[in-house]
Amino acid sequence: MIYLELLMGFLKVGCFTFGGAYSAIPLIRDVVLSYNWLSDEELSYMIAVSESTPGPIMVNLATYVGSSQAGFWGAVLATLAVVLPSFFVILLVMNLLKTVLKSKYAQAVLQGVKPCMIGIILATGCYMILHSCFPLTQSAKVDVRALLITAALIACMSAYRHLKKEKPSPIALIVLSAVLGMILY
Amino acid sequence: MDRRSSVLADLFFSFMKVGLFTFGGGYAMISVITDICVQRKQWLSQEEMLDLTVVAESTPGPIAINCATYVGCKMAGMSGAVLATLGIVLPSFVILYCISMFLEHFLEYRVVAAACMGIKVGVGLLVLDAGLTMLKKMKKKPQPRIIAGCAFAVMLLSNIFRLGISSVVLMLTAGVISLSVFIAREKPVCKGGEGR
Repeated sequence: MIYLELLMGFLKVGCFTFGGAYSAIPLIRDVVLSYNWLSDEELSYMIAVSESTPGPIMVNLATYVGSSQAGFWGAVLATLAVVLPSFFVILLVMNLLKTVLKSKYAQAVLQGVKPCMIGIILATGCYMILHSCFPLTQSAKVDVRALLITAALIACMSAYRHLKKEKPSPIALIVLSAVLGMILY
Repeated sequence: MDRRSSVLADLFFSFMKVGLFTFGGGYAMISVITDICVQRKQWLSQEEMLDLTVVAESTPGPIAINCATYVGCKMAGMSGAVLATLGIVLPSFVILYCISMFLEHFLEYRVVAAACMGIKVGVGLLVLDAGLTMLKKMKKKPQPRIIAGCAFAVMLLSNIFRLGISSVVLMLTAGVISLSVFIAREKPVCKGGEGR
């Protein structure tokens, strides 16, 4: 039942992601790979598409994955699943939970969940880079081109941050990495 | 048009504009939402917007959706919440649905596949960067550091050796641990503080 899987998978994403879109990517990756909806390469392509189209990245990704797996209704279900948890949580917060969210117990739970999430995010970021640079499945153990791209991107990021005192825009970085990929591969 | 339905229409179209014209999601959207809701429409005060950002961060789901639901509900109750949320989601949905119809077999082209190899590294770096930014903002205490370190190690090992440990399970575990530590610490304080 692909519809049920889409609904459950993206409900999980909607219920368990805090903060911005990049902190949601580890969980989305987890869900998408565990259901075998996409390969790692397809997912990064979709992230790039979601990033360069307007709107919340998570909603974009959900629509895209849903539609690619099960057509129009798949897209509707996946999008609803990602939106509904935050919709109802906010309604609850406004009407009943204002005090509950501020209670020390809720805060204690959040204080455990948040650092854990940071750890997961860092691990996923590291793994995605490591996996591109050292693909153990292929014949060559070290992918020199991916290493080159990583080095070039880090150099650009730190140079930009040094010169402009602000972060380069994610879109610019993704465009740059795509161009580097096209040149080198 | 009576006042209520004009507020509803205003909510719907304002958030549709947010959904249509902001790229990059999350925090990029917050600045646009602030601009519209605080400066132009004066639906919220600056202070309320700050509160809302904190609430949006500590509740699950896309931040932009949280904001839209909140503002909609505040201005016009349930129907306002529904319309504002629909407004912000609709552009994404329509655009991505159209794209997915055309781009289904895009990955078969060599150039696109090559670009994807590069993008994979780029996205990895962006994720890593988001994590580092959050790490810098995290409280510099031993407990969160230990939790973050353990989560990092478990997740990385699970990825490398394909153990299939779900990040949801990991987060729930961390929440339970943190709550029990808190309760265990609080008990002696409660006994001592009975005279309060």
